[in-house]
Amino acid sequence: MERKIRVLVAKPGLDGHDRGAKVIARALRDAGMEVIYTGLRQTPEQIVSAAIQEDVDVIAMSILSGAHNHLFPRVVELLKEQGVDDVLVFGGGVIPEEDIPFLKSKGVAEVFGPGTPTSKTIDFIKTNLKRTLS
Amino acid sequence: MTELVRRCIAGDTRAAARLITLLESQDRAAYMALYRLKDHVGHAHVIGITGPPGAGKSTLADKLITQFRARGLKVGVLAVDPSSPFSGGAILGDRLRMQSHATDLGVFIRSLATRGSLGGISKATHGAIRVLDAAGYDIILVETVGVGQSEIDVVRVADTVVLVSVPGLGDDIQVIKAGIMEIGDIFVVNKADRDGADRVVRELRAMLETQAQLTRGQSPAAGPDTLAARDPDFMHHAGIEPGTQPESAFSEQVSETPPVLKTIAENGTGVAELTNTILKHLDRLASTGELEHARLESIKYQLGQFVFEEIDHLLSATDLTNVRDELARKVFSRKTDVYSAGMALFERVFQQGADHGHSQA
Repeated sequence: MERKIRVLVAKPGLDGHDRGAKVIARALRDAGMEVIYTGLRQTPEQIVSAAIQEDVDVIAMSILSGAHNHLFPRVVELLKEQGVDDVLVFGGGVIPEEDIPFLKSKGVAEVFGPGTPTSKTIDFIKTNLKRTLS
Repeated sequence: MTELVRRCIAGDTRAAARLITLLESQDRAAYMALYRLKDHVGHAHVIGITGPPGAGKSTLADKLITQFRARGLKVGVLAVDPSSPFSGGAILGDRLRMQSHATDLGVFIRSLATRGSLGGISKATHGAIRVLDAAGYDIILVETVGVGQSEIDVVRVADTVVLVSVPGLGDDIQVIKAGIMEIGDIFVVNKADRDGADRVVRELRAMLETQAQLTRGQSPAAGPDTLAARDPDFMHHAGIEPGTQPESAFSEQVSETPPVLKTIAENGTGVAELTNTILKHLDRLASTGELEHARLESIKYQLGQFVFEEIDHLLSATDLTNVRDELARKVFSRKTDVYSAGMALFERVFQQGADHGHSQA
């Protein structure tokens, strides 16, 4: 049987707006993925620990507070510290254009802005998985 | 795989997580892994938490984790949520309530999707319990999907079943129906600060006491009746001498009336008492020998389930699917009926299974 794609959807940082995260969670569910929803105000440590226990393929983070330049790279860093190299990490939310190259250089695979069609996110996941499904 | 097993037994979180994934994907290699884990399982106390959607199972699980951790026990959690019957996807949201334990190394939380199973847990739950048991978790909490009236599979994997109810779900007929209400070892009325909580407690107690009296063979309404008075012949056949107290003669076989507790999971009220009650339940099971009996029964059930799953697997192979479809057309055009066609299909499956067995051996 083919493995299911498992995605951790998390909201790092202190903003309380999870509408976008929930929309993504729904869309991924409808695309046949198993979405572990961890909710608001997650620390990078909590996110990475959950990702390991849940054995996910993808960590999808949404942030609107402006702390992305600190929190996104921190998640990538913690994964590396734990020896995890097969998890795809990407982000979304309100993130200025000029910050995106920095985030990518830190190992965040992609950054999706407001209004990104969910189909684009789904395709991105399917074509960039780091683990095989069989 | 050997390496994964070794790391799992040593308590490595990633190895345990990966093994559960393999089990969920029904990977054959994972079955071999379970075999290698067999000398390291049987130590954990498995606690099932079940009840309707929104009853507070996850919040209660969160507070139970805190209690067990305070007692120095390592806790594994398997939280089951439903898969979509349409897309096969799922939103697994139980973990949301337990994230405060995410960075505690003595806690492992894993969300499982039902993937088509309708009994309240997923097929892989049984194997995942073995994995966490071998990895050294003392307590394994299995949180079912929000259940209705008949999803009782958790009773096949748990030593102790906690049935969580809340005020406002219906009248006292609901609590005497068959099904889910029969599998609780401990009953919890959560959200006990809401109106009607005491009524639910009373109704549950009345149901459970009636149950206990019926088990003892007394008429619940007749009060302190004795079996001897009603049926001397029965006493004779049961090998009970006249003059002995029938109640004491039977009391050894009679299990205690399950406790009914009130909790407010949101703020932790009543959860310490619930924790003690759960631990006491296991002690009682262990000291009376019921634990061995229940676990053996559970294994018998698992074996039967395994055979069903293998048949299901065989049936999904293309050639047998074709046979099935052909037979379906014959039933549709009334050349045969469902039962005869079913027997023919069963024989083909059986044949295929035998060939399959030879090729594996």
